[in-house]
Amino acid sequence: MTSFPRVPFLRMPRGPRHERRHVERPRHQGLWRRALIDAVRKLDPRLTVTNPVMFVTWCGTALCLLLTLSPDLFDGPDAGQSRGFNGLISLTLLATLLFANVAEALAEGRGKAQADALRRTQARTEARRLADDGSIERVDSSALRRGDRVQVEAGDVIPADGEVIDGVASVDESAITGESAPVLKEAGSDVAGSVTGGTRILSDQLTLRITADPGKGFIDRMIALVEGAERTKTPNEIALTVLLAVLTQVFLIAVATLRPVAGFLGQAPSVVTLIALLVALIPTTIGGLLSAIGIAGMDRVAQFNVIATSGRAVEACGDVNVLVLDKTGTITLGNRLAEEFLPVGDHSVMDLAMVALAASCFDQTPEGRSIVRLAERLGATLAFDPSTARGIDFSARTRMSGSDTPEGVEYRKGAVEAIKGFVRSRGGQVPGALDDTFEQVSSLGGTPLAVCQGNAVLGVIHLKDIIKPGIRERFEQLRRMGIRTVMLTGDNPITAGVIAREAGVDDFIAEATPEDKISVIQREQALGKLVAMTGDGSNDAPALAQANVGVAMNSGTQAAKEAANMVDLDSDPTKLIDIVTIGKQLLITRGALTTFSIANDVAKYFAILPALFVEAGLGPLNVMQLASPRSAVLSAMVFNALIIPALVPLALRGVQFRPLSAEQLLQRNLLIYGVGGLVAPFVGIKLIDVVVNTLHLV
Amino acid sequence: MSPWPVAAVPLVLAVLTAPPLGRHLDALISDRPQPAWDRWVGPLEAALMRWVGDAGRPADSAMGYLLPLLVSNGLFGLVALVLLLLQPPWLNPLGFAGLRPDLALHTTVSFLTNTDQQHLVPETSLGNLAQLGVIQFLMFVSAATGLAVGFAVIRGFCGRPLGNLHRDLVRSLTRLLIPGALLVALALLLCGVPMTLAPPQVITTLEGARQTLPVGPIALFEAIKQLGENGGGFVAANGAHPYENPTLLSNLISTWAMLAIPVATIDAFGRCLGNRRQSNLLLVLVLALLLLGGAVAMVAEGAGNPALSTWLDGPNLEGKELRFGAPLTGLWAAVTTGTMTGAVNGSLDAAMPATLVVALFNLFLQVVVGGQGTGVAYLLVFVLLAVFLTGLMVGRTPELLGRKVEKPQVVWASLVLLIHPLFVLIPAALTLAGGTALAATGNPGPHGISEVVYEYASAAANNGSGLAGLGNGSPWWNLSTTVSLLGGRYLPIAALLALADGMRRKPALAPGPGTLRTDTTLFTLVTAMVLLILGALTFFPVLALGPIAEGLATVS
Repeated sequence: MTSFPRVPFLRMPRGPRHERRHVERPRHQGLWRRALIDAVRKLDPRLTVTNPVMFVTWCGTALCLLLTLSPDLFDGPDAGQSRGFNGLISLTLLATLLFANVAEALAEGRGKAQADALRRTQARTEARRLADDGSIERVDSSALRRGDRVQVEAGDVIPADGEVIDGVASVDESAITGESAPVLKEAGSDVAGSVTGGTRILSDQLTLRITADPGKGFIDRMIALVEGAERTKTPNEIALTVLLAVLTQVFLIAVATLRPVAGFLGQAPSVVTLIALLVALIPTTIGGLLSAIGIAGMDRVAQFNVIATSGRAVEACGDVNVLVLDKTGTITLGNRLAEEFLPVGDHSVMDLAMVALAASCFDQTPEGRSIVRLAERLGATLAFDPSTARGIDFSARTRMSGSDTPEGVEYRKGAVEAIKGFVRSRGGQVPGALDDTFEQVSSLGGTPLAVCQGNAVLGVIHLKDIIKPGIRERFEQLRRMGIRTVMLTGDNPITAGVIAREAGVDDFIAEATPEDKISVIQREQALGKLVAMTGDGSNDAPALAQANVGVAMNSGTQAAKEAANMVDLDSDPTKLIDIVTIGKQLLITRGALTTFSIANDVAKYFAILPALFVEAGLGPLNVMQLASPRSAVLSAMVFNALIIPALVPLALRGVQFRPLSAEQLLQRNLLIYGVGGLVAPFVGIKLIDVVVNTLHLV
Repeated sequence: MSPWPVAAVPLVLAVLTAPPLGRHLDALISDRPQPAWDRWVGPLEAALMRWVGDAGRPADSAMGYLLPLLVSNGLFGLVALVLLLLQPPWLNPLGFAGLRPDLALHTTVSFLTNTDQQHLVPETSLGNLAQLGVIQFLMFVSAATGLAVGFAVIRGFCGRPLGNLHRDLVRSLTRLLIPGALLVALALLLCGVPMTLAPPQVITTLEGARQTLPVGPIALFEAIKQLGENGGGFVAANGAHPYENPTLLSNLISTWAMLAIPVATIDAFGRCLGNRRQSNLLLVLVLALLLLGGAVAMVAEGAGNPALSTWLDGPNLEGKELRFGAPLTGLWAAVTTGTMTGAVNGSLDAAMPATLVVALFNLFLQVVVGGQGTGVAYLLVFVLLAVFLTGLMVGRTPELLGRKVEKPQVVWASLVLLIHPLFVLIPAALTLAGGTALAATGNPGPHGISEVVYEYASAAANNGSGLAGLGNGSPWWNLSTTVSLLGGRYLPIAALLALADGMRRKPALAPGPGTLRTDTTLFTLVTAMVLLILGALTFFPVLALGPIAEGLATVS
């Protein structure tokens, strides 16, 4: 027996995030009652016809019921068949159908509950639509179309997904993200420019351009998916359905030809026993649970607060080989903090701290504020009156920021190269020690910021990146699953390399531009890899579209959300790892139950065939020593029916996924579901046979 | 003398010849230059291709390979059918008349499909023209057709275009089958097999009676019969007749010849793929199944009939050729059904039920080494199904050899799975429903079921052996088995080509630690289980009612 390495499980859906969510908890009461009612309703043959396995079972059940009412329907070996026995077999068949229906209805019911909870967030509201001439008309939110402009004010519910074109306001997005702090929304900003229907504006006023027709918004898409109403089968599910249909046909041939073949010996079995054999052999277990598995998979994604545009996208997650992740926010905490001042040349730490403080007093970013805090802790004071000085903002072009005093003193901090350039342009000299200090900071995984006053370089601020706790373990798990991680960062290669090593990513791209993102994805895809990535900015949209799985942050731009296959409502980039797990879990569950179902056939043959043909001398094949031919057939049928509800919890919950290599996973799951599938029915049928005979059912 | 070491000889020989033959086959599949061959047979091949009017470009679709295959096979069949119907007087010293239409059709189709099921007694119905021009000709081209399909399927699974049918047909004849058959014929000639166009010999027997012994070009006939997995005898007694199989040595050569090419084709697959570990594991799998079946049959035949043990001790000698003995006949039965040859060196009808179980099992699976070219193709279908069923359990869309297994692949693969029950069980049930009269068997019990099921299984699997207790010369038998012969040959070929072409069009995915590897012991075991469950379980009821019921009756 092989032992499997003990590894911590990946975070499963329904983790601690559960407490954060504000979407109303789906109401699960009455779920079972509704599922039972639905199960009976689903007996309608028009609904079963798409599922070949269950349709054959349905036909068999109907024929059996007919033979219970009129046992002499067929002449020959059926004449004189016991009505009671036929009735019992019919009952087991009916139970098989109902159990399969309950499984599906239960999964759908959970989805519906989820959908109802979502739907409550998007009650219809009145919207103020701006006409072309600027006048305002009041319309129902359902009348809004893509491209319409609407005005919303404090207290309003935002009527549909849209883009801010004017105004600044704070919006409460807790209805969908669970984050209770209001979010600032303003026009022209990447992240803050998009709003979601159903959220509430708390202050001020916004003008929006609607980006989704009614019923086409994210919430609507999610509702349709979890509800299963528009559920289309995923490619893998279709392929499996084909195989199950062919297997059903194969066994139909095998069983149908059995009557004339055995008739040659004068041993033609009755129609009812043949139907029993057929239903036992066709893969009813997986046939009955297949759609429930799919629906439950979507439901798990939704519970994780992720909107998938299709089931296909969730399945594709399982196949991903490469994750492309942004460093900031995913691998490290978003905020870098000033750790240390490293002066160069003759300057003292205090000199540097003073200048750093002067260069940062207008900087409101977390980095800037941390520099101010560190400088003040060292006792530095501001050498000028900030009210008279002018702040210089950071821009991607200059890559530095600072302040100018009325006396004409320029304080700057920024990327080392940028400061070098600045100093030279002011006629200064760059001290040789700067590069050493730069490398020293980089090699510690920090980001070096050079500081200068006019044409004099004073030193370097060491900004420290904080790697998220636990991220290294998660990458380790991913590696075991065969998934490579690539980190993208704007940092210099030395810093990037240190962080990559500390976080345990497999590869990194330093000084990356948005274009690099797409080229990394294309390069990996050319090697035959499937790539997943997260993104939020609108310049991520092409990369999100190029990736096989693109997860957009809900806080991101409309463009990014449109391009992605999934939107994470919590805007948590690490969730990609969890989604991959869900995708894999979905496929494993499907495979495990298929294997189990097909492996069951061996035992069922050994239960039913000897029973059918005792007189042909097959008695010795009755290895289970079942009491009588009738109890053998009945026991096999009862087992066949009961195994479905027994596996429903597994189908809905999904097989537990462990981050192991393919070989280990196969070995483990084969042992459980393959060998288990071979052995379980032998034990189960024997036990049922004992019960059947104790109760004198036949 | 213990039969085991002798039995091991052809098997060991087949394993030893697999690498060189596999290398040669891979050169044909991968179209690598072979200087010596190119010089000696290249011009002939070029002339043949010119004659066909084919520039030799690879087919760009499955249809592009299938269509010329069907047309060429159709033409071969048409010529053969006319010759059998007419049997002109040339090379026909005993003046045999043309065959009855249903028999001519069955014989043509049977040899065209590489099956060689014989519902006639060749030595009393076929002249040398028919033996050479029809039977032997079809033996060569049907084997070449099978090989061509094998080549195309291997290419597809390795991600290459399927190739050109005519080129594959011609080259498998000129570079493998004809030279190979000549070598084997020479060896058989040395063992004493006749090779002559002389008129029948008339001799006086010890009892003073006069007997006419038709002789013929048997050595070459015998060689291609075994090497090409054909199996049809020059005489009805097939390999049990001293003209076809005179000595223990010729028996061993014949057993090796049956195994040589199918074993080497699997080896060639690994070479073509650049992963010999994969092909070696598959070889171990199929050879293990063959050995298991062979051992069961050898033990069963060697131990004899338990029902007779009160009176008779020793092996089951009924229907055996004493030159070879019971165990070696059992081994031959396993090999001939496993490789889809269908030649026999004893009476299968008189074999022990356990031997019959082995033989039928081999016919149902069709991969216990498998037929000429098609064996490896069927094996790949089962590997694909195993990947699809269990591959999901590693949490990825199943991949085979770096290509995703999706709906079209599953459709074609499962179609292959469906064809066999369709063309074996349904006609068998129809025949059995007609009772002993329609089946024309004298065995109303389980053995009758075995005979009928065997006949169709042999036809659909393109094997050709049969249980002789059946009066299978009737129009019903001729026509119904013709359906199984055709369905069991060309439908799977079409599906296999479509499957292979679909596979090669898929983008190749890079393997990683998360990919399910198929070249592992674990996965080979999985393939074995899938083979047993999907391939054999369907037929368990007829096995149970036929040979298993018969076997249980002899024990109790």
